[in-house]
Amino acid sequence: MNISKEEVLKVAQLARLELADDELDAITAQLDKVLGYVVKLNEVETENIKPTTHAIAVHNAFRDDVVQPSLSQDEALTNGPETNSEAFIVPKVI
Amino acid sequence: MNLHALTIHELHDLLAKKEVSAVELAGAVFDRIDAVEEKVGSFISLTKEQALSQAAEADKQLASGAGGALCGIPLAIKDVVCTKGVRTTAGSKILQSFVPPYDATVMHKLQQAGAVMVGKASMDEFAMGSTNENCAYGVPKNPWNSDYICGGSSGGSAAAVAADECIASLGSDTGGSIRQPASHCGVVGLKPTYGRVSRFGLLAFASSLDQIGPFTKDVTDCALMLNVISGYDKRDSTSVNQHVPDYLASLTDGLQGITIGIPEEYFAEGLDSEVEAAVRNSIATLQEAGAAVEEVSLPHTEYGVAAYYIIAPAEASSNLARYDGVKYGLRDMDADSLLDMYKKTRSQGFGDEVKRRIIMGTYALSSGYYDAYYKKASQVRTLIVEDYKKAFEKCDVLVSPVTPSPAWKIGEKSDDPLSMYLSDVLTIPANLAGIPGMSVPCGISKAGLPIGFQIQGAHFAEEKLIRVGYNLEQRLNISAKKPSL
Repeated sequence: MNISKEEVLKVAQLARLELADDELDAITAQLDKVLGYVVKLNEVETENIKPTTHAIAVHNAFRDDVVQPSLSQDEALTNGPETNSEAFIVPKVI
Repeated sequence: MNLHALTIHELHDLLAKKEVSAVELAGAVFDRIDAVEEKVGSFISLTKEQALSQAAEADKQLASGAGGALCGIPLAIKDVVCTKGVRTTAGSKILQSFVPPYDATVMHKLQQAGAVMVGKASMDEFAMGSTNENCAYGVPKNPWNSDYICGGSSGGSAAAVAADECIASLGSDTGGSIRQPASHCGVVGLKPTYGRVSRFGLLAFASSLDQIGPFTKDVTDCALMLNVISGYDKRDSTSVNQHVPDYLASLTDGLQGITIGIPEEYFAEGLDSEVEAAVRNSIATLQEAGAAVEEVSLPHTEYGVAAYYIIAPAEASSNLARYDGVKYGLRDMDADSLLDMYKKTRSQGFGDEVKRRIIMGTYALSSGYYDAYYKKASQVRTLIVEDYKKAFEKCDVLVSPVTPSPAWKIGEKSDDPLSMYLSDVLTIPANLAGIPGMSVPCGISKAGLPIGFQIQGAHFAEEKLIRVGYNLEQRLNISAKKPSL
C-alpha cells in the first residue's frame, strides 16, 4: 500500500473536502495505483540537479505603486453567494 | 456555398469583397449549430444574441474598410476563459452561476480584431482530463464517430471546429489539452510557448504549465489566430516581452535548411501501427519537401507523466483553494460553520477527477512528502528541459505522433485514471519544458478516426512549427477532409 484510507482522509481534511465512504474507497485505490506509478521517478539520479518550477526564466515584475483602474466594489461582489453592500457574508467564525 | 465550412482566410476575402456579410455568416454558423449540436455537444453555452450584435458591428467596420484580421469571424471559446457578462463554468458545477465581471486579455485581443463569439465550448472540469468525459454539462462526441471521445480537455473547442460549428476556437493546454483533441478531431491545434499568450483571465489549473492556443481548420488560420492573441501583457507577469513576428510570413513552400529531429522515445512499444505508419509517411513527405532528418534522443521522456502527475496536481490543489463558496460560485447554504461550509461546498461542487487531483496535490506538498514527490518531480523536470536543449542543438523541430493511438470509445478508460494519464505521454513533456507544440492532421485510421502529427520546437520557435506544418498540410491535403455529420 502506497497510501492508506486514514492518510487520504487526513489530506482531504487539509484540502477541505468531505468524502463519502464509497468515494474514500475509490479514491484511495486510485491514488494508490498512481503513487505506485510515480515512484518510477526514483529510478532517476537527481543529486545536485536544481529543481525547475518555471521553464521560462521569470523575474519579479515591478511597477510603480500608483493606483490603477480596477473592479469596483459592486462588480467584485456581484458573484458572491451572500453579500451586503460592502462585503461577502460567511457563517459565523468566532 | 457552405459558409460554415470555410476557413478564416477564405471568409476574410469574401467579407472584404462584400460577397458575404458578417451577419449572414453568423446566421449560417448558427444554422449549422442547430443542425448538428445535438449530435456533437460542443458547447456549454451559446451566445447567439450577442454574436449577432457583434456581427452587425463587424459589418459596419467592414463597410468602412476598417475591419481587423478576424472581423466578422465566428469563434468558440473554451469555457475556462473569462468572458465579461457571459457565464464561465470551467465545466464545473462549482461555477454554475459564475458570470465574470471582466474579460480575459485574449478576449480583448479577439474583440479588437473584430471576432464574433458564438459560444463557450465544453471541456473537462477545470481542464483536468483527456476525454472531455469529466464535464458537469454533458460529454461532447467525436464528430467523426459519436461512439468515440473527442479528446480533452479542450474537447468542445476541437469538436466545434471539426463539426464546422465555428470557424476557429480557443482552447488551453496544460499537458496536451489542445494538441490531443486536435489530433483526435482532425483539426490543427497549437500550444504556444509558455508566456507567448497572456493567461490573464484564464481560470488557472497549473500555472507553470497552462497556455492558451488556437484550434483552426488549417495552418494558415493557425498563423492568423496566433498573430492576434500573442504578446506581452502587463497583467500576466509570466507573459514574455518578446517581439511578435508576422506568423503568416512563415507560410512558405519548401523546407530547405530545416532539420527535423525524430525522437526515438516517441516511437516506443505500444504505439499503434496505423499511427506510426501515418507519422512515418509524413516524415518522408517532409523530406521530399527539402527537410533534413536527424535521429535524436530525449532519454527522460518516460518520466514525464510521473513528474507531471505530481507537479500539475500540486499546483492545482493550490489554485483551486479559491473555490470556497465565499466570493463566487456554489455555496452550501445549510452549513452551520465556516469549515463545514467550505467542505460541503467543495465536496458538492467538484467532480471526481478534480477531487482526486486536489487530494493527490495536497498529499505531494504535505509535510514529510514534499521532498520525495514535489522536489523530485521538479528535478526530473530540469532533466526533461535539458534533453530538449540538447536535441535542439541538432535540429530545428521534433516530429512525432501526438497520441499513441487514435481516439478510443467513450467510457473505455473512465474507471482507470492511470491508464488515461499514460495516454498523455507524448504531449506532457512540452508543457514541462514550456516549449511550443502543434498538431496537424496526417492521416485517418481504417476505423475512420483522425491521426495527428506533432511538431515541437524550442522556446518561441512557433514560426518553424508553422512552416513545417504548412508544408505537410499542402502535400498531404488531409485538412480538407471533413467528418460526415
